[in-house]
Amino acid sequence: MTTTRELVLNTEPFLLNIGPVHPSTHGVYRMRATLDGEVVIDIEPVFGYLHRGIEKLMEERTYTGCIPLTDRLDYVSSMTNNMGYCMAVEKLAGIKVPERAEYIRVIAAELQRIANHCLAVGAMLNDAGALGTPFFYLWREREKIYDLLEMLCGQRLMHNYMRIGGVSQDMPEEFLPALEKLIIQWRRFIEEFDFFLKQNEILIARAKGVGILSKELAINCGISGPVARASGIKRDLRKDDPYLIYDRFKFDIPTAENGDCYDRYRVRIEEMRQSLRILEQARKQIPGGPAKAELPHLVHPPAGEAYAHIEAPKGELGFYIVSDNSIAPYRCHVRPTSLINLTALREMVRGWKVADLIIIFGSIDITMGEVDR
Amino acid sequence: MVIPDFALNVPLAMQVTPADWPGGYWWHWLFFTIIIIAFVLIMVMGVIYIERRGMGRMQSRLGPNRTGPFGLLQPVADAIKVLLKENIVPATADKVVHWLAPIIAFSPVLMIFAVIPFQNGALLADLNIGILYIIAVSSVATVGVFMAGWGSSNKYSLLGAMRNVAAIVSYEIPLALTIVGVIIFSGSLSMNQIVVAQDIPYILVQPLGFLLFFIAASAEINRSPFDLMEADSELTAGFHTEYSGMKFAMFYLVEYAEAIAMSAIITTLFLSGWRGPWLPPWLWFLIKTIIVFFVMVWTRTTLPRVRIDQLMALAWKFLFPLALVNLFIAAIEVLVWPDISQWIFVGANIVIAALLVILGSKLFKIGWGRLEV
Repeated sequence: MTTTRELVLNTEPFLLNIGPVHPSTHGVYRMRATLDGEVVIDIEPVFGYLHRGIEKLMEERTYTGCIPLTDRLDYVSSMTNNMGYCMAVEKLAGIKVPERAEYIRVIAAELQRIANHCLAVGAMLNDAGALGTPFFYLWREREKIYDLLEMLCGQRLMHNYMRIGGVSQDMPEEFLPALEKLIIQWRRFIEEFDFFLKQNEILIARAKGVGILSKELAINCGISGPVARASGIKRDLRKDDPYLIYDRFKFDIPTAENGDCYDRYRVRIEEMRQSLRILEQARKQIPGGPAKAELPHLVHPPAGEAYAHIEAPKGELGFYIVSDNSIAPYRCHVRPTSLINLTALREMVRGWKVADLIIIFGSIDITMGEVDR
Repeated sequence: MVIPDFALNVPLAMQVTPADWPGGYWWHWLFFTIIIIAFVLIMVMGVIYIERRGMGRMQSRLGPNRTGPFGLLQPVADAIKVLLKENIVPATADKVVHWLAPIIAFSPVLMIFAVIPFQNGALLADLNIGILYIIAVSSVATVGVFMAGWGSSNKYSLLGAMRNVAAIVSYEIPLALTIVGVIIFSGSLSMNQIVVAQDIPYILVQPLGFLLFFIAASAEINRSPFDLMEADSELTAGFHTEYSGMKFAMFYLVEYAEAIAMSAIITTLFLSGWRGPWLPPWLWFLIKTIIVFFVMVWTRTTLPRVRIDQLMALAWKFLFPLALVNLFIAAIEVLVWPDISQWIFVGANIVIAALLVILGSKLFKIGWGRLEV
């Protein structure tokens, strides 16, 4: 196919290093982009700038001692990381979690999902050049969620809340009323926010049809989470492989057809609405009882291996743990959502402009802590 | 309405307005030079404060509020900081070009103010080709920006500078065409005469012209949503990536001085400049300028950035045809009904403008999207 580019002038591609220090690479991601003027011909991802050897570090700590390390994987949604890890250990050691603890976990995970999507949507719009306005509005509301999470565990970012067999402490009395208030506020806020952005001409022009990820490619690359659902893959582990007590809640899996940046934005907004539905039901159903199973101080799971996966905000997060019946994991491997979602980036950005490269990258929603580990 | 004879007036370009001044022309020159420099510098500080506080409010945060009462001294503190910073020149930079660029970018902006009337006859030089002079001079700043982009020997800078040149070349045309629409009504190219002729502000007589001029002016001075040459999320800082210290401050100054200059030009051309009841004329001028600037802040805060091909498409497929139609209608109105009240045109032109904008937006298709690579 003869393109406009070939007809008009003969140009020469050049190499541009985007990152690791760049305002829009969400941490220290680096792309060696080959550009022809404004057009992206090819990109070559370079990562590892944030490698801390978390998987290796885990081998030298007790099972409980590993939990703070999982916080540092995807540091904007540490609750779900904790949860995935604890579920893997529980599966390995055959521990039964009390029902109340499961509800608290669901509440914490769904709050975390909303908080994560705040960052995802806000950062994507920031990359689109909205100069911080939607970002700040989302962060104002995200603060309220973090207030609630702080109420649970005393931490705002690195929660370290989940424990093997439950959660570190039961929720305080004032938590549930505060949650009810938050749900009401958030319902109103999402409608308002979506009203302003759904019809924004410039956002539609920038995001609609941009960075299309086909369904086949998404499946072949193993992409999960909102990115996959935006490409029309109706897959959500909360429904397909219900863990905890997710089978007790009514909620939908939002999907979209085109797989462009706008769809990824829409899916995330819709997921926040569904999370609020789950929170509302969990708030009403929560039973009494202990928040942590009675366990010895050090967990000695029998020798063997276990894999637990959950639907983290960014997609399928898995923990694979091998035990040799000692107090520390023999080997722990993380299935990092961000890294696997990144694999299709090259196909998505080829042929688009530099500005699109940034917004497509932003729409995937990655955290470098999880990519490099 | 008398159709003026431009050609005859050109040799009398430099008019010394107050003939009874002691020392005549040179005192006048000195006085207004000092006023213009002081005005620009003080206004830049003022509008930076207005922008930062205004943006803060719109983004649900406070903005600078620590330095002095209400943070009023923040621009002063910033200026001191930037003056004391180290001046870094990249080793591979073209030193002379790198050094000259901020000066070349800044001087034309100051020169624009030479023909802006602060009140009746209060201007450095009442050129009878005032607006033509502005169009000519304002384009020179682009040379400075391109020198900065080229001299820095940085690919981000070069991309930003190239975007800037492309944008300016495209947007000059609708800008000039809408100005011609105003000139047809005012019957003079002199900025002062344009204000004197505005018994009705031309925003009412030329609503479409105002709209097109405002959009084109935003693009011309690279305010968001057209701030592609700086595009902090894509090109880090665009053409001034490699600038620091006072040279960076010069570019910062240029950005805001250009915004003020464009606000002043819009005030003069469309909002009847210094004219207004009760208040002194210079105060009216100042108030209107600040209001126009505030609208620019408003658009900057609320809209995402467009892409380079969309920017071009907007100029050539939307603004350019509409500006031609606008010019055509203005010419017909003045030619066929030279003597009737302009209030009749107000209603008619508002209806025509609304129809044309709706029609234009229906016919207008943005960009080409992806290229095959």
